[in-house]
Amino acid sequence: MSTVLPSATVTEPEDRLTKKALTADHPTWCPGCGDFAVLNIFYRVLEKLQYPHEKIVCVAGIGCSSRFPYFMNTHGIHFIHGRALPLATGISLSRPDVHVFVFGGDGDGFSIGGNHLNHAARKNVKLTYVIMDNFVYGLTKKQTSPTSPIGFKSKTDPTGSVDRPINPMKQLLASGATFIARTHAAQVKHMEQMFERAILHDGFSVVECLSECVMFYAGAFDDSTPRKGGTFETVDETQHDVTDEGAAFKLAENLAPGKFGVYYQVQRPTKNELEQKWITDTQAKIGGASQKDLLRKRLEAMR
Amino acid sequence: MLAKPASTPMSPGLHAPHSLRNAVIRFAGNSQDGIQSIGGFLARLAGRTAQEVMTYMTIPSTISGGPSIFQVHIGSGEVLHAGDEADVLVAFYQHSYDSHLGALRDGGVCLYDSGEVKEVRHERGIKHLGIPFTAATVEAVGGSTRDRGKNMFVLGLVCAVFNLDKEKLIGIVSRQFGKKDESVLRNAMLAFDAGFAYEVGDLERFAFEHGEAGDGHRISTDGNQMLTAGLIAAGVRYGAAYPITPWSSIMESLRTELPKYGGIYVQAEDELAAVSMTLGAAFAGHLAVTGSAGPGLSLKMEALSYASMAELPIIVINVQRGGPSTGLPTSVEQSDLMQAIYGSHGDCPRIVLAPQDVEDCFYIALEAGRLARKYSCPVIILSDQALSSRIEAFAEPDLDVHWVEPHIDLSTRREDYRPYPLDRTTHHAPPGSRMSSGKYPVISGLEHDEWGHPSGSPKMHSQMTAKRRQKLIDAAAEFPLPKVHGHQEGDVLIVGWGSTYGPIKESADRLPAEGFKVGALHLRHLHPLPNGLETIFNRYEHIVVVEMNDYGAYGYGQMATLLRARYCNPAIKSLCKTDGLAFRIREIVTGVEKHLAGAG
Ligand SMILES: Cc1ncc(C[n+]2csc(CCOP(=O)(O)OP(=O)(O)O)c2C)c(N)n1
Ligand code: SF4
Repeated sequence: MSTVLPSATVTEPEDRLTKKALTADHPTWCPGCGDFAVLNIFYRVLEKLQYPHEKIVCVAGIGCSSRFPYFMNTHGIHFIHGRALPLATGISLSRPDVHVFVFGGDGDGFSIGGNHLNHAARKNVKLTYVIMDNFVYGLTKKQTSPTSPIGFKSKTDPTGSVDRPINPMKQLLASGATFIARTHAAQVKHMEQMFERAILHDGFSVVECLSECVMFYAGAFDDSTPRKGGTFETVDETQHDVTDEGAAFKLAENLAPGKFGVYYQVQRPTKNELEQKWITDTQAKIGGASQKDLLRKRLEAMR
Repeated sequence: MLAKPASTPMSPGLHAPHSLRNAVIRFAGNSQDGIQSIGGFLARLAGRTAQEVMTYMTIPSTISGGPSIFQVHIGSGEVLHAGDEADVLVAFYQHSYDSHLGALRDGGVCLYDSGEVKEVRHERGIKHLGIPFTAATVEAVGGSTRDRGKNMFVLGLVCAVFNLDKEKLIGIVSRQFGKKDESVLRNAMLAFDAGFAYEVGDLERFAFEHGEAGDGHRISTDGNQMLTAGLIAAGVRYGAAYPITPWSSIMESLRTELPKYGGIYVQAEDELAAVSMTLGAAFAGHLAVTGSAGPGLSLKMEALSYASMAELPIIVINVQRGGPSTGLPTSVEQSDLMQAIYGSHGDCPRIVLAPQDVEDCFYIALEAGRLARKYSCPVIILSDQALSSRIEAFAEPDLDVHWVEPHIDLSTRREDYRPYPLDRTTHHAPPGSRMSSGKYPVISGLEHDEWGHPSGSPKMHSQMTAKRRQKLIDAAAEFPLPKVHGHQEGDVLIVGWGSTYGPIKESADRLPAEGFKVGALHLRHLHPLPNGLETIFNRYEHIVVVEMNDYGAYGYGQMATLLRARYCNPAIKSLCKTDGLAFRIREIVTGVEKHLAGAG
């Protein structure tokens, strides 16, 4: 029986996928914004992986970081604030042949889209989500974000933020994401590794990437930037079992700037696989009836 | 006052006619008594015997039990409504009797469970017949099945009284129970036979005239099931939703049906996610559907505006219920019209359609799919609670004519491909399509130029807004002008939309009995309106728009407000109601008479 899914999952790209081929408009970000590095490294990783150009999809919500799709020369969709993940879920589940990447900020992902993050993670939808976490709302010009530290002075908290910031790693662990990593836009080698591992993970993979907003929260990540006198401490995977959820929670307790690396990675059936299995099993049970005959039978049962 | 309609239903007792064309039977009990299944069996039987049928039910919005009714209007000719009043009341309990005796017409028949109902009132010539439903069922089936199966006893009783086609009815019942344990069917048949054989004394038995609905294949089902079937026929294979009454049964059916067709239907975490997932599937190249009821539609509004801006085709079903807010979840209202047409932010054109009856639910879904694809925009189907649950019998749709094969266009796009051409309707290149130019498109919710790049140019925003608006102008030009039922000009035109179709048509037929020239017009295309309506409106002295929503601050219901704004015709008036119940014929007739008398 035919399905409506395009059959070929991989086609040979006509040309080698280069950084040049992946480059679109010049980014509109402020000079010095951490997001430039994220974009550059993303080009590099895709170039390395050589996915078919036409099968790459970049999805984003709203925010400075969410402008990402405009700067990537791939199929892209710039959606509404906070809803990039469910949109990407719709693409991923209905088109197993394409590679889905989602980009956004901490406000987009943890605040307005917080609920969706939990659910996409627990469903283990196959996609890779990069959160450019700058601890502030950039596009709307300096309001408190869900990751802003206590005491951060913003336009909405002029005397300093009082709400306890969320701990992204803990939240992602609790919601059931199967790949969770932290990286830093100023550490390009590390970032490249994290992106590559996330993309190759079969399931819902998230990378929280500290990415400085030089306009509204300059210096936010100096503590983790050796160039600025901070320390960049990575997860030692000879000591940390990435499949141990309890250990990952412990790791997430490290106070700012915390550790960088893969916190957690397990293999669990993806929503994509489970739904496809349902389709295959159901169709096997039905036998070879055509789709039209299937509906005809359903109507006949109403006689 | 009006005369009684020409086709007066049966009268009881010795003077009853032996053959009859119409009967309205109301079963009143609790929701767990299986009265819905009796109603369902009778409705299905009507479909099999070329009769027409319309059912009406109330279910309590509580979960466990509670009073419930199921009313069946069966007719040998056209049946346009579920019946203003019942000819027969079947009362299972004292509360059923007390609450529904008033719905029985003068001289009607009341069959009641003599083990449950006391103090029978002798009034209005009603003929009472006490029958021990419960005790007789227990006697027939055995001691351990108390209460269970008394619906089958009652079905047998009704079958005997109305001289229904017993063989066919048993066939329908067996098919329903066939999937269950054998003993279930055996007990059901024992109860049925006991009811069929019960001695009803001097109660006359009646025979329905043979139906006129033709001998082709006919099916009996409800609006939600017909919408589901229509969506599948239209090529919908993906979508997502969040449960809410009275929409849920559509999503439940799609969830189990679509995998058979290679598709997926997701239960999302909320309506915002649901519409977003649906847009994701649409962006990926599918015709996708989401749906909800009033409060859920509100939550989808931001993304709906996106769909207009980004020009993505999706179908959104709104099974309206009583509002505002969580309002009356199990009652009928048509108060989401403005929300459907204008809800959300910005100028965000979309097409809004409303099915007029259960059969039309199928065809409206097909039309919605075609229009969404053609104009790359959201199409909203405004169904309502009454349509969602009532059963009607009609000709089975011919799938050889109506089947749409789903397809995704992944062809390589030419060098000059623009995702948002100003001179043409947008048809997106879904992921997987190669771009000859090497430039891949970004679908955008920001105002954009023809290539999808964000653009703040004042000229571009005006041009793109005009481009999106043009879809409505083109759609209006292709929509058929609805036909007027009854007088083509004269005293009054009754205008309606959605599930009021039947009652309005029937009312229009009754009003000329009073010497008025009456026409009825039903709108299926609510936004944009088809071109040419003004020429119809100009032929009538009064135009009364009948709808189930409120008069508002200025005295006009939602559709009437839109029509007045559109046609500037002061003859347009409103007849509104907000009691959560479907319009009765009597209410429309007297309401329109008031307008005719100048009191409107
Ligand atoms: C429904 C809705 N609410 C609010 C906004 C305004 N808004 C745009 S971006 C944004 C926050 C962006 O912050 P973040 O996600 O951290 O991204 P950044 O700009 O910092 O990269 C807000 C509140 C919006 N576009 N839509
Ligand atoms: S405002 Fe901040 S986050 Fe936005 S582009 Fe500028 S530096 Fe980057």
